[in-house]
Amino acid sequence: MSAGSSTVRIRVRVNGQSRELEIEPRRLLVELLREDLELTGTHIGCDTTFCGACTVLLNGKNIKSCTVFAVQADGGEITTVEGLADSEKLDRVQQAFADCHGLQCGYCTPGFLMSTRALLARKPQPTDAEIRKGIAGNTCRCTGYQNIFKAIRTAAGMPETNGDRHK
Amino acid sequence: MIPHPFTYHRAATLQEASRLLTELGEEAKVLAGGQSLIPLMKLRLARPAALIDLNHVPDAAYVERHNGHLHIGAMTRHSAVEESPAAAEIPILHDCAAGIADVQVRNMGTIGGSVAEADPHGDWAPVLLAVGAEVETTGTGGPRTIPMSAFIKDAFTTSLGPAELVREIRVKVPPARSAGAYVAFKRCAPVYPTASAAVQVTMQDDDFCVEASVVLGCVGLTPVVAAEAAAALRGQAITPHAIERAAEAAMNAAEPQADLRGSVEYKRLLVRALTRRALVAALARARGEHVEVSHEYVGR
Repeated sequence: MSAGSSTVRIRVRVNGQSRELEIEPRRLLVELLREDLELTGTHIGCDTTFCGACTVLLNGKNIKSCTVFAVQADGGEITTVEGLADSEKLDRVQQAFADCHGLQCGYCTPGFLMSTRALLARKPQPTDAEIRKGIAGNTCRCTGYQNIFKAIRTAAGMPETNGDRHK
Repeated sequence: MIPHPFTYHRAATLQEASRLLTELGEEAKVLAGGQSLIPLMKLRLARPAALIDLNHVPDAAYVERHNGHLHIGAMTRHSAVEESPAAAEIPILHDCAAGIADVQVRNMGTIGGSVAEADPHGDWAPVLLAVGAEVETTGTGGPRTIPMSAFIKDAFTTSLGPAELVREIRVKVPPARSAGAYVAFKRCAPVYPTASAAVQVTMQDDDFCVEASVVLGCVGLTPVVAAEAAAALRGQAITPHAIERAAEAAMNAAEPQADLRGSVEYKRLLVRALTRRALVAALARARGEHVEVSHEYVGR
């Protein structure tokens, strides 16, 4: 009979720092980040895989950290919103969201920033349709997406719409 | 929300996962991408005593073409299929992969997990049925090849044995003048579709259809193979009238249930429209045209 484990030792790199932790296997990645590592910039919104507020990068891909067990990320490289700024200097995505006021209450902003980073890594000059698809896992139920669009286009270095909005 | 505790077993190979399933019995579940299982566990609708983690099995994620077939490893994430040049040569696979839920879910969820779960609202099963895919399995009884048509038995029920796992999905590369398309409608990005239609047609020339397959998703306990819709196309010159008859036959084959996604009548009409759209796209592709279709949703 395989005994299995009630705790697991995992090692992850979080924002460039190697971290080793002994965790319960049911530990969700978002709890590991927020509670064990005290990186509370990643937010829990709906907690049901819809809203995307908990989005972080795992090996460069954006994922919903409320729907990933930390053990799945063992050996992986994680980037959270805390890993974007270089000491005091905001990265270009953060700066664009600030400049364009790409937010309403701001609760979901960390997730939008991470999905934008992943989108621009895949598509440095996204069309409006590609932006809509890229942030579809973050657009939820409030409004204010016009400024988020503007922020993403600004971060991509093309503040004007390329005109396919009303295709 | 915190799942019930479970013991954790990390499989190094799929064979080891199969052995663990034998040892641990019915209380154990297999963890692939977790995009369906973890939400169920958080709601405590699922409380497995043990999880067997496949995420660290090496060489279980790949999309490769050889011997006239596309081979997709069970642990291949939907986004990897979406981005695969080899899969793009069979556009119906790209239609499906590129529209499942949202980017984040596609980056974790796997094709093997989707097929093995057999959720009636899942995207892959109707597509894989339309292209006549096969499922390669690993189990204590040795490997098996199961045609998709024999794989899905009922809602959330497959022909996998208790210690058997999906190892690979195999799709025969369609011949020239054969093309498919998959169109689904969903209310917003992250949710399952309300209805979907997968169509594959093989044409003799621009007009005459020699083979057709029409499979509907979300409108039955298993994907609905709309045989009469296919019969309305096979051996026919494809006129607008033939397309209408096929769409009408698909609508009649659907067995939807009323739920929060819509009424029976609404879903039937949706099936007719989706079948028509998928068919028009598949026919254009069979003529060599480049057509992009995928999931439709508000705000797309």
